[in-house]
Amino acid sequence: MSILIDKNTRVMTQGMTGKVGQFHTIHCKAYANGANCFVAGVTPNKGGQSFEGIPIYNSVAEAKAQSGATVSVIYVPPAYAAAAIDEAVAADLDLVICITEGIPVHDMLRTRYKMQGKRTLLIGPNCPGLITPDEIKIGIMPGHIHRKGRIGVVSRSGTLTYEAVGQLSALGLGQSSCVGIGGDPINGLKHLDVMKLFNEDPETDAVIMVGEIGGTDEEECARWIRDNMRKPVVGFIAGITAPPGKRMGHAGAIISGGQGGAETKLAVMEESGIHITRNPAEMGRVMQKVLKRS
Amino acid sequence: MKIHEYQGKEILRQFGVPTPRGVACFSVDEALAAAQQLGGAVWVVKAQIHAGGRGKGGGVKVARSMDEVRSAAQQILGMHLVTHQTGKDGQVVRRLLIEEGAQISKEFYLGMVVDRSSQRVALLASSEGGMEIEQVAAHNPEKIYTVRIDPVEGLSVADAARVAHQIGVPEVAIPGAVTVLQGLYHCFVEKDAMLAEINPLVLTADGRVLALDAKFNFDSNALYRHPEIVAYRDLDEEDPAEIEASKFDLSYISLDGDIGCLVNGAGLAMATMDIIKLYGGSPANFLDVGGGASKEKVTEAFKLMLKNPNLKAILVNIFGGIMKCDVIADGVVAAAREVHLKVPLVVRLEGTNVKLGKKILAESGLPIISGSDMADAAQKVVDAARGA
Repeated sequence: MSILIDKNTRVMTQGMTGKVGQFHTIHCKAYANGANCFVAGVTPNKGGQSFEGIPIYNSVAEAKAQSGATVSVIYVPPAYAAAAIDEAVAADLDLVICITEGIPVHDMLRTRYKMQGKRTLLIGPNCPGLITPDEIKIGIMPGHIHRKGRIGVVSRSGTLTYEAVGQLSALGLGQSSCVGIGGDPINGLKHLDVMKLFNEDPETDAVIMVGEIGGTDEEECARWIRDNMRKPVVGFIAGITAPPGKRMGHAGAIISGGQGGAETKLAVMEESGIHITRNPAEMGRVMQKVLKRS
Repeated sequence: MKIHEYQGKEILRQFGVPTPRGVACFSVDEALAAAQQLGGAVWVVKAQIHAGGRGKGGGVKVARSMDEVRSAAQQILGMHLVTHQTGKDGQVVRRLLIEEGAQISKEFYLGMVVDRSSQRVALLASSEGGMEIEQVAAHNPEKIYTVRIDPVEGLSVADAARVAHQIGVPEVAIPGAVTVLQGLYHCFVEKDAMLAEINPLVLTADGRVLALDAKFNFDSNALYRHPEIVAYRDLDEEDPAEIEASKFDLSYISLDGDIGCLVNGAGLAMATMDIIKLYGGSPANFLDVGGGASKEKVTEAFKLMLKNPNLKAILVNIFGGIMKCDVIADGVVAAAREVHLKVPLVVRLEGTNVKLGKKILAESGLPIISGSDMADAAQKVVDAARGA
């Protein structure tokens, strides 16, 4: 078991024929059961063609009907990416993972509004995707750093997620699933949503939660953990040294209006029983200690 | 992207939001001509910089004669205006806004933001105009009235009127306030704003509702569809290093410390700054080279960091995913040679092709200090900066 995806998941790739889409499709297909998992591509006006043996369809609805894929990953350029999410939601897919960085915020506001009352879950945008080690990788993370195991990872950033995973794997602590929820202010699943899934997953024993400055999502997740979480959680927040009012790369990573500071987040997390560390090099070791104690 | 007050007011007027009449000026002579052209007996001379808090810093003056306009303009133009948002060195004032004076009977606050938790545009309104909204939020949160706007319905006349009542706009001025609120919302959505503030919004003695200030921040990801906003960009208001960085698609922010950081990914870049601090050092910058850094990009990143006269050491921290460690190592070696690097350089590589990357660094003949992990690299760069 794992969360959201496993070796039986069937995936279509929106924007498969672009340079980025091609590159990552090759790597995802080559990872674990990828050759069986990645069954369709969607590029308007290229239906009937194929890439790496994967058939291309003109629309998400057609790809779903023909291939049976119920999950989509999106590499469409930013100006068209919100419309690509809309199409996947309209086709009633289970899960959409949007890798694209740089989507205008107002586009995402409209897309999230249209998703109300729909069953489709969204991860991202501006995220590395998610992976269930040794089964399936959907996204741009390097597969080889992961090990199969029982630790869940949820994070707002890309390479900092790899850092956490690398530390775990080096200590022999494998992962059940690793989810990059992305760095944009308006996005799909939050820390809280992913944490609930890990709490219910019988093959996850503990979770690493990596956050960053901006917004109050980590605080909301921490309060839920305090009241509901049955598994230990290790937490780190990036941006203790970030000055207020300066956007740190990610559109969501900004301390503004007195909200979103790292110290506030860490304090709430600590009060909620999360094992926090201020040292990003210690995420794995803190998890190791916590597991030995329990 | 931020713009000046006078530019923000130009935009607001296009959406039917009334403002005082005013003219943007670049010299004292222009300021005098503007006051004459506007007529009347009272003018306001306002410094145009992107930071807030200009009034408290002495950047806004009321003038009741041409002589007073002249002396105010002379004082403000060229001054280093220090506010709570500029940092201690302040910002040089190069532009003025000369406006007709308004007879103010009441001041309000209006703000609009993209609200993450509700995933809506939120309108914030308060009877406490002219104050910093953070202060009001901290001490009198009950005086801030918030409406989360439905993206399809928009801000209805009824909702706008309710907000206006709530903050104490008198009955006769409600239609004027509704015009302002709806205009601000339309403007916010059509121009892809992330934040807008009218502080203060005023009620004049003759019952008009006017935007006395205008502050905007636009979504940089949406600028491709707003050339008219891009045309408002004022490079004088931006950090030269950050402008240079943006040309090479690098995300760079200057900080106060002496250890340069070159990292891939925003989260890891922040974590790298944090760990430098944790080990007793101080980061000189935030620098995210992004997912697909080339040799040229890495070289430009080095040049940028080396422009900082305080720089004592550099830490390169790369976790290769899409980016291959050997490509980064080639870039680092080429950059170090090209810029004749004099400060100590610590490199930590992990991820895709890490062995190849480390081999390239080791065989380069350059005095590159290798960090085995993030903690080791941070400790080494802090030591190196102290020794330098």
